[in-house]
Amino acid sequence: MSWVLVALLVWAAGWGLNIMLSRWGEVRAVRVAVPVIFGLTLLAMWEALVRGFDVSPVILPPPSVVAQTFAASTDILWTDFKQTVVKGALRGFVIGTVAAFVTAILIDRSQFLTRGLLPIGNFVAALPIVGIAPILVNWFGFDWQSKAAVVVVMVFFPVLVNTVQGLQESSAMQRDLMRTYAAGYWQTLWRLRLPAAMPFVFNGLKIATTLALIGAIVAEYFGSPTRGMGFRISTGVGSLSIDLVWAEIAVAALAGTAFYGTVAFVERIVTFWHPSQRG
Amino acid sequence: MMRSTFPVLTVLAVIVGVWYLAVAPMNVRVALDQAERAGSAIVPEGSVPRRDVSVWRLMLNNTAHVPLGYALERPRLPTPGQVGAELWKTTGEMIAKGRAFSKRGLIYHGWITLQSTLWGFALGTVLGIVGAVAIVYSRTAQLSMMPWAIISQTIPIVALAPMIIVLSSQMGVEGRGLPKAIISAYLCFFPVLVGMVKGLRAPLPAQLDLLRTYNASGLQSFLRLRLPASLPYLFTSLKIGIAAALVGTIVGELPTGAISGLGARILIGDQFGTPLAIWSALFAAAILAGGLVTLLDLVQRLTLKRMGLA
Repeated sequence: MSWVLVALLVWAAGWGLNIMLSRWGEVRAVRVAVPVIFGLTLLAMWEALVRGFDVSPVILPPPSVVAQTFAASTDILWTDFKQTVVKGALRGFVIGTVAAFVTAILIDRSQFLTRGLLPIGNFVAALPIVGIAPILVNWFGFDWQSKAAVVVVMVFFPVLVNTVQGLQESSAMQRDLMRTYAAGYWQTLWRLRLPAAMPFVFNGLKIATTLALIGAIVAEYFGSPTRGMGFRISTGVGSLSIDLVWAEIAVAALAGTAFYGTVAFVERIVTFWHPSQRG
Repeated sequence: MMRSTFPVLTVLAVIVGVWYLAVAPMNVRVALDQAERAGSAIVPEGSVPRRDVSVWRLMLNNTAHVPLGYALERPRLPTPGQVGAELWKTTGEMIAKGRAFSKRGLIYHGWITLQSTLWGFALGTVLGIVGAVAIVYSRTAQLSMMPWAIISQTIPIVALAPMIIVLSSQMGVEGRGLPKAIISAYLCFFPVLVGMVKGLRAPLPAQLDLLRTYNASGLQSFLRLRLPASLPYLFTSLKIGIAAALVGTIVGELPTGAISGLGARILIGDQFGTPLAIWSALFAAAILAGGLVTLLDLVQRLTLKRMGLA
């Protein structure tokens, strides 16, 4: 029972510390420290509760065991990371977003196509597209090509819809100004409408980062070479090497956060002028 | 709304047309193999030599056998008509026979998926609203929880899905309803949280001050001002949330051994090599998603109209 007491104490201490710290909520260091302390508190409670209730490591291993497994099997994790994230998710992400971007610029020239495609794109973006994973694995084989194909389909519509919406963002006044400068279609697009669309484009890209990893991992449940994060997770659950599964989950979480963080970082550089970035 | 009907219908017609055209090249190899087995003369002979020939050349050389690709039992790409017929066979015909809830029909599986979706949606919405209230009223909660709420969405939940299913079965939870609902709630709570935080902060300082001059308590200003003001934001997030909850349920049904639900139909269709079952389950899921979002849209319009906001 003492471990449960430890867990409660850790929670009280962590939360109390955060209450004290959040009085200086404007300080940058505090804004970083508070969520970190919150996360560490949760991890410490997980550790204490698993030990306190004597949970079998086959069901839920404590974080310390997961960390050991992580350190001991970095080579497996690295192979899986390369297979799933670099080959499947990233390539699909690049192909899908570029295709969506180009399509958006093409259909933007026609009012008719914009009006016709936007509602359909919005609808498709809300559908459970992951379900097409088995079909695409059947068409493109077990290796990374099928995973990239699933990712392409999943990221295409959110990016398309957001880009089309963004391209309509510049006001009539601004477009008229470009016309008085005798700017052509491409100059207006490059100097005015694309920059104005960027906040929307990045909104779509950020949604797409998460979808890309989901697509690549789910597609591996339907067949993959004997490596990859989805493959390791589904076989790990079957063979009860749960600590390795949690290590893979940690890699997936880190990869997802880093991916999202990178896009958010590029967004800060590209759309430095936008009110939401100046705070 | 009306002026976009014609463009939408045109685009849809083009999509269906392209789909029909794509069926021929996608299925030509399977169709030719079948025709050859039935005794027809195919150029070139044998399916192995044909692998090196492009589908376009195969179609040119064997024009007579191309239509076969439109009526295969196990096509690589079924025609829209085939998918529609399969959908009808597993829903409408089942009702006509009086066995609407037969386990071989999609109504039963759609119902299973709908149940977990709604449970997950309810759980996610409650969590999102409670989290938003905590974040709006407590600075500590805002600083500690908001970054983690964002990070939680960058973690691919599908990695966790098999773990959640194993954990809940080890802890003695019967069936897969609860783990599926947890996965849906995980995907659904974030849009609700973000929308509600925005909505609860929507009242202007002047409006909050006015309530203070009325000597309203904290609870009263929450119920009379902040909550009503947040409703438009809430409904918008609910529409995103229910679509996300459906995705979550289907993801929860995909891995390892589910037997009922639309996701399980996709999985079983994959294992038994029956593409029509996969396609019809996919379209059933799309129809379900469309229906749920439309329903919420209707509720939103009615509510906001009653409140005089729209």
